[in-house]
Amino acid sequence: MSDKNKRAHDLRMYFTGFGLAVTLTALSFLTAILQPFGPVGLFASLAVLAIAQVIVHFRFFLHIDLSRQKREDLQLILFTVLIIAIMVAGTVWVLGNLMTRMM
Amino acid sequence: MTTSTSHLQSHPGLNLGAAHGQAHADAEPVVFGFWIFLMSDLVTFAMFFAVYATSLQATAGGPGNADIVDVTSIALQTGALLVSSLLFGIATVAMKHGSAARTVIFWLIASLAFGLCFLGLEVRDFIDAADKGAVPMRSGYLSAFWALVGLHGLHVAVGSVMILVVCTQIAFFGLASDVKTRVLRLGLYWHFLDIIWIGIFSVVFLPGLLT
Repeated sequence: MSDKNKRAHDLRMYFTGFGLAVTLTALSFLTAILQPFGPVGLFASLAVLAIAQVIVHFRFFLHIDLSRQKREDLQLILFTVLIIAIMVAGTVWVLGNLMTRMM
Repeated sequence: MTTSTSHLQSHPGLNLGAAHGQAHADAEPVVFGFWIFLMSDLVTFAMFFAVYATSLQATAGGPGNADIVDVTSIALQTGALLVSSLLFGIATVAMKHGSAARTVIFWLIASLAFGLCFLGLEVRDFIDAADKGAVPMRSGYLSAFWALVGLHGLHVAVGSVMILVVCTQIAFFGLASDVKTRVLRLGLYWHFLDIIWIGIFSVVFLPGLLT
């Protein structure tokens, strides 16, 4: 690839990510405003759209992919996700339990 | 991290490429270290989210989630943050492909302008909430709300100051090797704040619209 092509390629990454992010954000806001699926459907669709958008940001803005050189960074992220899952789920469980007992 | 063979080097975020010599060689360890900071920051945010989720019912009769959400303002804030992120991306691409220091500073300042738009709207929302009596002292819920949204706002404010700092450094030192790696790390920080914001609008603001 020539330098000019590389530059266009790098820019295209950011614009693709931006386009996808705007689309997903718009869908999130639309489902919340129009509420076509009821409360449970709203939470589910917001969760799915948010996770999709986080992946878009990681892929196109932070350039995390599955290539070998970036595997340690990906492992760092996945380890952090594990720690977060334990800590957040534990907090929500314990404090939620405490609150229902206090009601 | 990979071995020191230069063509194998690769790290998260935009890679400068071998043409950048020293900056490219320095980038890998410092960017990896910065990722460890970002991930620890992510854990902090996650705990603020967890506390927020457990405090949803703890309104003590005060204003709840639905009373403080201004969806137009939130949409504008989201847009401002996204555009700011894109402009920062353009600045790093310009730096990577050898644009003049002036051009890089221009895109960074453009990115900063949208970041400041975001902060302005957020401060206005906070003032509106305070006018409705939704101050952090009112209830456990509102403490959690102000802490979570405020922590993100604080990050954006710190990032804005850092953009000014790197712009000054570029103006004084030009695009020196260590200045380049600072821009790379600041870029990661700036994009990372977008990811936190996705969580905030999906968890805090949009469920507040539920009728």
